[in-house]
Amino acid sequence: MKKLLIGLAAALAVTVSVPAAFAQDKTKACFLYIGSKTDGGWTQAHDIGRQMVDTELGDKVETVFVENVPEGPDAERAIERLARSGCAIIFTTSFGFMDQTVAVAAKFPDVKFEHATGYKTAPNLAVYNSRFYEGRYIQGQIAAKMSKVGVAGYIASFPIPEVVMGINAFVLGAQTVNPDFKLKVVWANTWFDAGKEADAAKVLIDQGVDIITQHTDSTGPMQVAAERGIMAFGQASDMIAAGPKTQLTAIVDTWGPYYVKRIKAVMDGSWKSENIWDGLKDGILTMAPYTNMPDDVKAMAMETEAKIKSGELKPFTGPIMKQDGTEWLKAGESADDGVLSGLNFYVAGVDDKLPQ
Amino acid sequence: MRIELVKRPQHSKLFSVLSPFIALALTLVAGAIMFALLGKNPFQALFFYFVDPLRELWSLHELAIKAAPLILIAVGLSICYLSNNWNIGAEGQFIIGGIVGSILPVVYPGIQGPLVLPLMLLMGMLGGAAYASIPALLKTRFNTNEILTSLMLVYVAQLFLDWLVRGPWRNPEGNNFPETRRFHADAILPELFPADGRANWGIVFAILAGILAWLFITRTLKGFEVRVIGSSPRAGRFAGFSSKKMVFFAFMVSGALAGLAGISEVSGAIGQLRPSISPGYGFAAIIVAFLGRLNPLGIIAAGFLLALTYLGGEAAQISLGISDKVARVFQGMLLFFVLGCDTLIHYRIRFVGLARQEGQPAGAPKAAAPAAEGA
Amino acid sequence: MGMFESILLTIATAATPLLIAAIGELVVERSGVLNLGVEGMMVIGAVCGFVAAALTGSPWIGVVAGILAGAAFSLLFAFLTLSIATNQVATGLSLTLLGLGLSSMIGESFVGSAGVKMPSLYIPYLSDLPLVGRLIFGQDPFFYMSLALVAGVAWFLFRSRTGLTLRAIGDSHTSAHALGIPVIRYRYLAVLFGGACAGLAGAQLSLVYTPQWVENMTAGRGWIALALVVFASWRPLRVLAGAYLFGAVTIGQLHAQALGLGIPSQLLSALPYLATIVVLVLISRNRRLTIMNTPASLGRAFVPER
Repeated sequence: MKKLLIGLAAALAVTVSVPAAFAQDKTKACFLYIGSKTDGGWTQAHDIGRQMVDTELGDKVETVFVENVPEGPDAERAIERLARSGCAIIFTTSFGFMDQTVAVAAKFPDVKFEHATGYKTAPNLAVYNSRFYEGRYIQGQIAAKMSKVGVAGYIASFPIPEVVMGINAFVLGAQTVNPDFKLKVVWANTWFDAGKEADAAKVLIDQGVDIITQHTDSTGPMQVAAERGIMAFGQASDMIAAGPKTQLTAIVDTWGPYYVKRIKAVMDGSWKSENIWDGLKDGILTMAPYTNMPDDVKAMAMETEAKIKSGELKPFTGPIMKQDGTEWLKAGESADDGVLSGLNFYVAGVDDKLPQ
Repeated sequence: MRIELVKRPQHSKLFSVLSPFIALALTLVAGAIMFALLGKNPFQALFFYFVDPLRELWSLHELAIKAAPLILIAVGLSICYLSNNWNIGAEGQFIIGGIVGSILPVVYPGIQGPLVLPLMLLMGMLGGAAYASIPALLKTRFNTNEILTSLMLVYVAQLFLDWLVRGPWRNPEGNNFPETRRFHADAILPELFPADGRANWGIVFAILAGILAWLFITRTLKGFEVRVIGSSPRAGRFAGFSSKKMVFFAFMVSGALAGLAGISEVSGAIGQLRPSISPGYGFAAIIVAFLGRLNPLGIIAAGFLLALTYLGGEAAQISLGISDKVARVFQGMLLFFVLGCDTLIHYRIRFVGLARQEGQPAGAPKAAAPAAEGA
Repeated sequence: MGMFESILLTIATAATPLLIAAIGELVVERSGVLNLGVEGMMVIGAVCGFVAAALTGSPWIGVVAGILAGAAFSLLFAFLTLSIATNQVATGLSLTLLGLGLSSMIGESFVGSAGVKMPSLYIPYLSDLPLVGRLIFGQDPFFYMSLALVAGVAWFLFRSRTGLTLRAIGDSHTSAHALGIPVIRYRYLAVLFGGACAGLAGAQLSLVYTPQWVENMTAGRGWIALALVVFASWRPLRVLAGAYLFGAVTIGQLHAQALGLGIPSQLLSALPYLATIVVLVLISRNRRLTIMNTPASLGRAFVPER
């Protein structure tokens, strides 16, 4: 009945106080997406997290999202509209939303904001990220075991620290198995273009690599690898459906438990602004089942995963040389988070020039 | 049955006024049906589309931010299109305007003071105009089709910006992220009423440009020349107007306005250069220009209307969970209805049986003409 | 399969959708109509082709669905621009906008579902010939369709009477009309053909290139097809050359990167567009060539005078 009344009022263009029509006893959790919630990659992983919030917290929460929001002024408007629509907490899920999130957070001190993969915080603005590179280290080890030619191909998106970190971790992992392991890199200059990513995979295979890994989000490369009969790793979500005989494992972004935890914190008043960089041990990323590999490789991968979880193994621990031959980390020294989050150089073994 | 158009001797005053309303009514009806099919309350949906974003002051500010570049670009395009010059590369001119205007704050951040911003705006306009003069030059000099050259130059501009912000202009303190340094305070286009919302001087430029362009077209000799050359190049030649000069004039005016829109957007709402500074404003503005029927005052209204559908789409997503995809389809429908209804201004529409063939020589069916009056 | 052959195959797959869409748009533009909605028609073809193939399990039904969907969608453009004389530029842009939205809506529940891949041809012995076996006898049906389309359109435009009439309409619709040619009907058919080709090109993307459906999966290829038509100065064989050049640059750019050559990828990506402008200038500065090649009434609305 209430809905009908609103409808009638709207038809007459009478301004009614709409927010009053919505129940206020629920906690409203809101999400801003850069892509479509069914993109099969980055945004979909966040949306699966949102759906988990719905199932876990049920009636106590209402989730809302806005998808396909371009970075820039459109993002600031969308965030502000969310803030004004009664959201208690807003997750902005793209690095490019950083400055807009900061600006709106300053205007709405009572609303909690969480920005994914950024580095600017405020009393009501937390940042959260995932140590994707831990998974890439494991992938590197697997690649070195599985590759016959000792060269893997890496389809990269943009030369930002997060991606450079992933490339380095992959190579470091591979070198623990095969010190001469090489990596070829192609920059697709996109996060999501199935056709272009598939082209990049074909090019890498034509240049002789026999393992493909990607830091772009579509299943295009997985399909190409399956067709050409080589192995590949999935990205952002489990891509086993695209390559049942091809996928070795995948880095799966599992934001759900984190979102549930943070929204609960808002409900019970314990939410604090933090700079969260969780890893395998916290479950913010998980490894898809290790498939299509011999048992000894699988055992090695699981052992490495266990060691990273327990904190015994840190991928960026010396001795590590930079690509230009100078020393980066001494034996036993681990890179601190500050250096990692601004990483802009390759370690030795990467067969590429970092775009400058 | 076929549809046949009969040209009206004069624009229909009645339909000039009615056409937008008919289009809007058709869109509302079609939209209501679509929402009902999707299982949403159609009244509620339309309310969030067209009314909700107008109910609060801050949201009106946002409307102005979204409408400003659309209006600025479309006003320039109207002069182009009225003079029969088909510039569809405003997106590229917008980007180049943004780049050239950003030279001062990005390359010479040390230069500060109250003169910086006016200089930036001026440089942005010059950049846009210079970029637009390329298709003009190719058209006048080599007779090259300007629709295609101006479109090609859009891609070139996009890639050039991409290269700049990932390469030479990348923020040295920006952790390798593809963006320039943020502009210093003197390089930021000020907000109009910071207490109420974010709207900046861009919307003032846009409305001023609209009014000036309207005065120009309707009240000046040069504006008369635009219309004459546009409707009949031959008549223009008899009157002694140079159509070559007109090509340059039209392209450079529209390029300058697109460039101004670009630098206003960059120095206003964004505050730095990024790999993408426009979600397709240059193309959307073409639609705005036609929605406004190439009349600068109409364009002001059309710009606000199109901006409203963006905001409304968002509001409907947040409040009713109506997918963003539906919003885009809805926008497409609106455009088609407006374009279709505008035909009524210039033509009578007649439904004819199959008996008569379209291919008859032009002179032959004269006898049928009186029948047209009844349609 | 050798590396050389495999690179050529990759280029062929990249060039085929561009070629099919461009050859369709070429016919449209030869008739004097500029349809900027190629991207929109292509993405509709991609989604409908994918959905039909996924539901029936048959890629061929996907092909048919892609063609029909593209043609049906172009009918909207044809009706508006031809029957009620709306502006072609604005209508084409709106068509792209609508196509991108509509395709996302249609495909929403199919994202991530398993695709059906159109199998490549395999002729025993012939496909196994060294160097050229796979290139000539072992590609997917779209490749052969694209070549057949080029040959067919080239013959149609320059060797058939109907083709001559079509070009005459493109050059001057008023004279054609005065001669008693049904201008609007010809243009309807040309636009429908263009839509069907764009739909077919879209289906190639979702059935061969990357057999899956993702939103906006055309990723600007429709716009490149538009550029190709101009680059080719409205000549079918040059469209063929242009599409392969474009494909080669796209793939070559990635190879240059994988080899670590360090050339800015943006410069390489911009080359085809700059080349198009240069070609345009070259063909337009010679008046005779221009008159021979450019459809003079391109983009202008036509309403039969009565």
